[in-house]
Amino acid sequence: MSLKDKLVTSFLAFENQTDIDSPIHEIRVEAIKEFEEKGFPSKKEESWKYTSLNSVTKEDYSVFPKKEYALEYKDVKPYLIHDIESYKIIFIDGKYSSHLSETTHDKIDVCILSSALAKAKYNDRVMSYFNKITNKDSLTSLNTAFSSEGAFIHIPKGTVVEKPIQIINFVTGHESALMLQPRNLIIVDDNAQLQVIERHQSLTDNAVLTNVVSEVFAGNNAVIDWYKIQNDKQNASLIDHTFIDQKRDSNCSVHTFTFGGKLVRNNLNFFQNGTHVESTLKGVTIIGEKQHVDHNTLVHHIEPNCESHQDYKGIFNDRSTGVFNGKVVVEKEAQKTNAFQANNNILISDKATVNTKPQLEIFADDVKCSHGCTIGQLDENALFYMQSRGIPVKEAKALLMYAFANNVLESVRIPEIKQRVKSLIANKLGVNIGFDL
Amino acid sequence: MLKINNLHASVEDKEILKGVNLEVKPGEVHAIMGPNGSGKSTLSSVIAGKEEYEVSEGEILFENENIDELSAEERAHKGVFLSFQYPVEIPGVSVTNFMKTAINESRKAKGLDEMPAKDMLKLIKEKSELLEIDRKFLSRSLNEGFSGGEKKRNEIFQMAMLEPKLAILDETDSGLDIDALRIVANGVNKLKNENNAVVVITHYQRLLDHIVPDFVHVLYNGKIVKSGTKELAFELEEKGYDWIKEEVNK
Repeated sequence: MSLKDKLVTSFLAFENQTDIDSPIHEIRVEAIKEFEEKGFPSKKEESWKYTSLNSVTKEDYSVFPKKEYALEYKDVKPYLIHDIESYKIIFIDGKYSSHLSETTHDKIDVCILSSALAKAKYNDRVMSYFNKITNKDSLTSLNTAFSSEGAFIHIPKGTVVEKPIQIINFVTGHESALMLQPRNLIIVDDNAQLQVIERHQSLTDNAVLTNVVSEVFAGNNAVIDWYKIQNDKQNASLIDHTFIDQKRDSNCSVHTFTFGGKLVRNNLNFFQNGTHVESTLKGVTIIGEKQHVDHNTLVHHIEPNCESHQDYKGIFNDRSTGVFNGKVVVEKEAQKTNAFQANNNILISDKATVNTKPQLEIFADDVKCSHGCTIGQLDENALFYMQSRGIPVKEAKALLMYAFANNVLESVRIPEIKQRVKSLIANKLGVNIGFDL
Repeated sequence: MLKINNLHASVEDKEILKGVNLEVKPGEVHAIMGPNGSGKSTLSSVIAGKEEYEVSEGEILFENENIDELSAEERAHKGVFLSFQYPVEIPGVSVTNFMKTAINESRKAKGLDEMPAKDMLKLIKEKSELLEIDRKFLSRSLNEGFSGGEKKRNEIFQMAMLEPKLAILDETDSGLDIDALRIVANGVNKLKNENNAVVVITHYQRLLDHIVPDFVHVLYNGKIVKSGTKELAFELEEKGYDWIKEEVNK
């Protein structure tokens, strides 16, 4: 049976087992129909031209969580940003782990979607936001159909959350192949501020396919910083769909750091539904072997006087492949838009490939939009210069690559994350230098 | 210290050095002069170990060891330093951290521990004062947006930090105003002692007023065609290179 058929036929069992009476039952039923109709995207679709899911959909996944497994703190500690205070929402094989999590209902709600769906006092809020800004593409619909668990965060008006929130999905490997559909709903009201760290981490080499959807709502003048740390095992794949709705004067940023995983596809969508909105999309991708990473971004400028900044850096070794597909739409009303997009890549191996495609659709006439993409190699003269000062070639290359990616790190507002990403980069490049540049 | 025997080197199958002989002893200052395209920069790059140059014949001995097979960094660890004619801009790496990495990698290669941060700061302070370098300058990205003079001063600052046995200064005087020239030359002279050696590669005699050579060589068409004392430099300054060319082509 194909994975698609398996998912469609499992849907009834899934709802029966979890919560057939859920307020989102109708939405799920619609969504599974949508998925059944469309199926997994193929390379014939323009936005999937360079990314084939064949290698990940051929596994015989267990398609929704059945059992609960426990992990000890020491097993997961290396994957947490543990040197700072934080809230933690941790899932193990798709099931919430209250043991490892640190949630709260004190002034803010940092909890889980299943409990928000089950409790009457959250129902109205959930129903007025859930599935409101998602695309109706097949994979998002698939997630919607199987959505039952994930992070639910509500930050009321004017509240600045002092501690970042870590949302982490661990996979234990008890299932020989596991497919997960985490669903996060984040609502940040007017003048409130939030920082999120998101990670999907398998602990074994068993196959994993995560199809995650996050819906994020930023109220007037809200500030949200989101950090995605993607450094998963070689047999774990991730398809991420993040939708961010921004109201007037809000400022949202997403930094995506991708070093690991078999196949990673990031669909990052920003909708600027207010004036004077600022959106920042940044990414560092460093991959090798046969890894594949695809960044598919959309910034939809709907109202006037807004800004967007996109800066993606990629370093590709061995036979790895990268895709950057960045779309900026500027509506007719969105005058005085300032949209900037850059995608710079270094190929270290002549077998590595990058496809980069900026797409600008501009209907307003008084805007500043720029885009640029480059694909190059390391500067031989710079390497010789560094070697002539006694820096070995491997370290010199690492230093150059780090320097190349460094400006993406500058806008990271949590120093411990910056530090962690630096050590992940050093690790990925196989050098033991500090990068305290 | 440095002994070059019948060195032939080519790049992309074009022979540029056609049998260079040169011996530099500890404590000496040598100047290599010559018209454009004579192979001066190639010679310095070959000694420093740039990979794109192919040594087809001859040898380079450094402290009696053939260094032809050594990488650029291994030569640096042995004490060879090249001050670049065109120092490379490296955005995102500050001068200080570049130096820290360079010094600690050299120490690692010698089996030493990293230099303690306190000692490093002291060394940086001492050497930057020698080159009259402002503290703010040290936190800037290496060579990025530096003026010609700043770049060259930064090269000699790096030399001061690394304390090489053999320093090759490739056209260090080009693009320098008189003040910068004085600072750079002063730095080199202060670093000079009986155990190290300097090879100054230059087109003009100007720098040699400040860094006084023991020997002057003329490189022309890939060979050293004439050697002498510092008076030779004056003669070249006055008469140009044509008489040398004529002498050689006779």
